[in-house]
Amino acid sequence: MKPPPFTYHDPRSIDDAVALLAEKDNAKLLAGGQSLMPMLNMRFVLPDDVIDINRIDDLSYIRDEGDALVFGGMTRQRDIEFSDLVAQKIPLMKEAILNVGHRQTRNRGTYGGSLSHLDPSAELPTVSMAQDAVVSVRKKGGARDIAMADFPMGYMMPSFDLDEMVTDIRVPLWPEGHGYAFVEFARRHGDFAITSSAVLLDVADGGRIAKASVTVGGVWPAPLRVTAVDEVLAGETGSAELFTDVAEKCRDIDAMEDVYAPAWYRQHLAAVLTRRALAKAFSRAANGTEMTLR
Amino acid sequence: MSDRRTISVTINGETFERNVETRLTLADFIRHECLLTGTHVGCEHGVCGACTILLNGQTARSCLMLAVQADGQEIKTVEGIAPNDQELHPLQQAFQDNHGLQCGFCTPGMLTTLLEFLENNPDPTEREVREAISGNLCRCTGYQGIVAAALDAAKRLQAGA
Repeated sequence: MKPPPFTYHDPRSIDDAVALLAEKDNAKLLAGGQSLMPMLNMRFVLPDDVIDINRIDDLSYIRDEGDALVFGGMTRQRDIEFSDLVAQKIPLMKEAILNVGHRQTRNRGTYGGSLSHLDPSAELPTVSMAQDAVVSVRKKGGARDIAMADFPMGYMMPSFDLDEMVTDIRVPLWPEGHGYAFVEFARRHGDFAITSSAVLLDVADGGRIAKASVTVGGVWPAPLRVTAVDEVLAGETGSAELFTDVAEKCRDIDAMEDVYAPAWYRQHLAAVLTRRALAKAFSRAANGTEMTLR
Repeated sequence: MSDRRTISVTINGETFERNVETRLTLADFIRHECLLTGTHVGCEHGVCGACTILLNGQTARSCLMLAVQADGQEIKTVEGIAPNDQELHPLQQAFQDNHGLQCGFCTPGMLTTLLEFLENNPDPTEREVREAISGNLCRCTGYQGIVAAALDAAKRLQAGA
């Protein structure tokens, strides 16, 4: 028996869950458990109360609201992987989800859990940042929305309060025919990426980029939208020179450093992966042209 | 003072009712409470895949679940794969015939993982097999025998063997 002692709760409604969160001082929400359970087994966390939200039925869904898809916080990564709606409307998320752990962990892991854990190189937060998702959180007697831009407060630290929980995530859709690419570098398939790059391009007639969104994961303490690149790309016509040039801006990011990779290596990867992702996204856009960059 | 609950879990068709500490992992419940020691515990933090079981038909790592979370659910472990005491499942037979195991520690996780995989993907490529078992560590075979066994099992299962 490895987890430390705690009192277990399994509320059946969001109201009951947030009431418990309000009442307990040192509580942890248990979603898919693919990060919290290892942390409990290794005793990195010592909660007095564990609030298991797996028995709340109305937290798992994928809804089409026309200009956005709305995901319940407890939507499993598996459901995202096999959703036709996601594949059709948020192809970036479909491409990214295949890099999230393994089938055994995607069967349990959840969207809301991944956002709340906020590992800097986790795929779903990176995609959420790229798509300008809005995260809804609830607490006892209140609810609010947090834009992804304001969601990370620091390393593995989302900006919601300890008595709040993620209930749903609204992911705005990009126009049909947009270009997208998610590329990452990990030591082994399914491992946390050292660095990833998520790119969205809205390409108009003649290859002119109407709007760009570039996000890198694993470089900074949280997924980072590289607005400097977004701004340069807007209004320009896509080309190998442009993409190669603009991706170099990723080397200016104040990158993290750990036992796996020094900062300069993460900056290097961010530039290379972004260059590749831009070319891939441009190739896939309805108005883009085929292009490969190494 | 420990937090306890009485739970009822169906494993390989048999129902086990036990009073357990809520912090007990599902892997330890299966091994220590139900005495089904075929499910192996390697890393206990979700990396090695040895403890993989089928929860309502879907693979999950039993070290990353609490036993109380399985209350009222159906589980299949490696002991539940063979059709009876005399015969092996075609997947198990393919493992034996292709040297898909040596020490056998990773085997329960490999079998449960591949069982779900071959159900969804009855005619996989070698690359797909390698990706499917990427979350299961084996330190003996170099994976070659396991991949061969999985591809062989796919053929046998398709032929209705």
